[in-house]
Amino acid sequence: MTVGAVCVYHAFVETAVKALEGSGIPVAAVSTGFPAGLSPLAERVDEIRRSVEAGASEIDIVITRAHVFNGDWQALYDEIAAFKQACGPAHMKTILGTGDLMTLRNVARASWVAMMAGADFIKTSTGKEAVNATLPVSLTMIRCLRDYSERTGMAVGFKPAGGIRTAKQALDWLALMKDELGRSWLEPSLFRFGVSGMLADIERQLEHYLTGRYSAAYRHPIA
Amino acid sequence: MSIAEKFYTMEYGAAPEDPKEAVQWLERHHRRFEEFIGGAWVKPLSGEYQTTSDPSNGETLAEVAKGNIDDVNAAVAAARKAQPGWQALSGHERARFLYALARQVQKHSRRLAVLESMDNGKPIRESRDIDIPLVARHFYHHAGWAQLLDTEFPGYTACGVVGQVIPWNFPLLMFAWKVAPALAAGNTVVIKPAKYTPLTALAFAELAIEVGLPPGVLNVLTCDAKNGQALCEHPGVDKIAFTGSTEVGRIIRKATANSPRKISLELGGKSPFVVFDDADIDSAVEGLVDAIWFNQGQVCCAGSRLLVQERVAETLYSRLKARMETLRVGHPLDKSIDIGAIVSPVQLETIKKMVDAGVAEGATCWQPHNPLPEKGSYYPPTLLTDVHPTASVAQEEIFGPVLAAMTFRTPAEAAELANNTVYGLAASVWSENINVALDLASQVKAGVVWINCTNQFDAACGFGGYRESGYGREGGREGMMEYLTPKWLHTLPPAKAEAARMQTADDADGIELAAAAIDRTVKQYIGGKQARPDSGYSFPVYGRKGELLGEAPLGNRKDIRNAVEAARGAGSWAKMSAHGRAQVIYYIAENMIQRRDEIVHRLSAAVGEEQAAVETDLSVERIFTYAAWADKYDGMVHHPPGRNVAIAMPEPVGTIGILAPGEAPLLGLLSLILPAIAVGNTVVAVPSEQYPLILSDVYQVLDTSDMPGGVVNLVAGKPMELGKTLAEHDGVEAIWCFRSNEEATMVRAASIGNMKQVWTNDGHEYDWFNPAQAEGRWFLQHATQVKNIWVPYGE
Repeated sequence: MTVGAVCVYHAFVETAVKALEGSGIPVAAVSTGFPAGLSPLAERVDEIRRSVEAGASEIDIVITRAHVFNGDWQALYDEIAAFKQACGPAHMKTILGTGDLMTLRNVARASWVAMMAGADFIKTSTGKEAVNATLPVSLTMIRCLRDYSERTGMAVGFKPAGGIRTAKQALDWLALMKDELGRSWLEPSLFRFGVSGMLADIERQLEHYLTGRYSAAYRHPIA
Repeated sequence: MSIAEKFYTMEYGAAPEDPKEAVQWLERHHRRFEEFIGGAWVKPLSGEYQTTSDPSNGETLAEVAKGNIDDVNAAVAAARKAQPGWQALSGHERARFLYALARQVQKHSRRLAVLESMDNGKPIRESRDIDIPLVARHFYHHAGWAQLLDTEFPGYTACGVVGQVIPWNFPLLMFAWKVAPALAAGNTVVIKPAKYTPLTALAFAELAIEVGLPPGVLNVLTCDAKNGQALCEHPGVDKIAFTGSTEVGRIIRKATANSPRKISLELGGKSPFVVFDDADIDSAVEGLVDAIWFNQGQVCCAGSRLLVQERVAETLYSRLKARMETLRVGHPLDKSIDIGAIVSPVQLETIKKMVDAGVAEGATCWQPHNPLPEKGSYYPPTLLTDVHPTASVAQEEIFGPVLAAMTFRTPAEAAELANNTVYGLAASVWSENINVALDLASQVKAGVVWINCTNQFDAACGFGGYRESGYGREGGREGMMEYLTPKWLHTLPPAKAEAARMQTADDADGIELAAAAIDRTVKQYIGGKQARPDSGYSFPVYGRKGELLGEAPLGNRKDIRNAVEAARGAGSWAKMSAHGRAQVIYYIAENMIQRRDEIVHRLSAAVGEEQAAVETDLSVERIFTYAAWADKYDGMVHHPPGRNVAIAMPEPVGTIGILAPGEAPLLGLLSLILPAIAVGNTVVAVPSEQYPLILSDVYQVLDTSDMPGGVVNLVAGKPMELGKTLAEHDGVEAIWCFRSNEEATMVRAASIGNMKQVWTNDGHEYDWFNPAQAEGRWFLQHATQVKNIWVPYGE
């Protein structure tokens, strides 16, 4: 069992790349003034370039939530398109900050703009908002993915992040993806979890499966 | 399959619910159940047993008693014996029993759920998460009504012994819907569970023993349909509650026509599921899953008729088909299947035949590719498109997982198609525009309307139908009223047994016409115009001393036909504001006050001076009463669990036929017309033969009061004969008969064509001079039917 990627701040990209050398596990950088995304645009674009230069093959960007609240879709599109250009060959995940966007309508509209502006993945949250990945928000985004794919033939990936802490919760999302989008959408190229808080629970469940005894988190290494 | 392979395929595995406890319970009873009568298990006097089986594999689960008429008698006798004691308990004491039953259901919820799925075939996911929790909720809610009975229903008392017959689709839930309100109100019960699904009712009887419910308060009688019918007809039963097919409801109504016992019928449906082009299509698709594949579509209020706006029809169909491909049909005790087994091979055969007929009539049948279990009664989720409004699958209840789809172009067309049915149980409306959704909700003829949701139920919200979906409500305040009766009613003198015998000129032997000169021409009043009777005959009206007072028009069935057409054409009366209706009604009083002396003068000849004066003055007061009520008989807002609100709106019943009493020719007639029109009904009233000349006084007042034509139509003649035409008329939604028992029996029996609501004097002669009994809510309740509109909150 391996993770899809190791996700770090820009400052740790180099360290992570070194540590994972030869493992085949990509390094992802949270970028663009993560988590608030409120630093000047030029700095955010520049941050992406530096992370890519430092060896990150995946970039997680955050959007300016105000563009969504103001209905300024052109500005949102331009921002994401600029980030995408800065990413170059790196894979770009667009974090919508759904806990900040508050309504499912906002989530759906932001999802569409992000996909049209070139996002390889759309991602619910930074993990820092008050509310992170929820099933209703995920379903909304998944249905945007489906509709976008039906209309363009392009498959965009999905990453629910934050708040998914147990293996049992993970199954809910797996079932959601499979029932809504099909088995093909369950590969790492199209689906990722943010598992900072989940890995230990998966290990506990595997141990339980093997021994029949319930396990405790402190007996497993910290993820 | 290895773990890695499982993770690779991500196929659903089996997730079986362990039936061990339920099986042990069956074994403890040696898989044989007696009748539950008088608080004990008693062998059926018939000595016979019938079997109940598991529809997922056809295997017999248990033998249950098959009672005969002797068992029906024994059960009713036990209930009768227990009734005074049960009613004598305080509301609080009854509340504690109902509360205990609710707790007991919760404590044994899984056993009841497993048993239900085994006996009925419904998925454990539904029995566990929907049926049984709603059962507990129903007993909790009605424990509350028992507690509040004296303060919330002052002046009302229990009906007595209640006979209840329930269907197989929600065995324990229907049991709860019937038993909880009956017991809360102080009635005792004899209930007959369905032949296919008796087990949870019997398990519940055991819970009743555990909580110490007094013997005879609840009696569970397992028997065949014939003896279920005998229960309904039993002279010892004061109230009947039936849920089942319209066909059987009709038989019960007719067979019990000669009795004033209360009756509530919750019958079939062909409920529309309307999707506008601005609906959230994905939500509508999930709604359809819950509308027509919930409980294998064996739901009386199933959204079985899809009406979709043409420009989104193809999108909806394709998404629906994609969703149908993921529906899993399988063993009811598998926790992650969507659709379980059809209740019996007989029902399965019916579904197949109806789908075949639909296809033969031109429908296109589409079924997904998911596999069905090899053994047992299963039917795949089915979509029929290209269905014509006239097709059998669009008009008749299939009671299976079959959706019949049609398209519409405009909201007006949606309303027309939605209402193009003999049923009126429920409707579901999908639009992201609340104005559009509420507009249709107000137009659709159904007892429950779900906006952007479907198949929502709660004990606090009345459930029941319009039209041939039956009458009466289950749940909430209006549901409690079905099991209560006004105390004063039973203090009134009995009604006359037989209808008055009238001799008129068109009879075979005729009558001798009076020679006296008559200076007054009384006509029928139809569509706001005075009209000569179609027959061309009149009949003499005599005063108290035998003197000829004048001649009244002799109405016939064609006059009734014309009057009903006029009444149905006056539907805008219901749409007029309540304030507007109140003004018209006040104006009637004003005009009557101006004519008071001449009305009293003429009425005196029929009823004497004293009564004439009192009747006329009280009539003016009564008119004021209903003008006052017109804008005050409001509905309620319920707050059922979940993020929604349910608006309970009293709506007019429609066109009401009225057979007026003879006791007070003017006051009695107005006491019935006024509550009906105050809330927006239109009426066809037949004045009593005692003094039909009152017609001209009434219509002259109406003519001067801005009353729109057709709202009130008056036809004189033989009430028995005209009443039959009215009771049989499919364009009349309700008939009120406050005359002899013979006439009441006639209208009840004749009402079954369109299952119209019948209200009579219940075998008593009303005191029209007592405002405490002759006006107000008791009348307005009968003039309205409650529509619950569920509106969800949030995105």
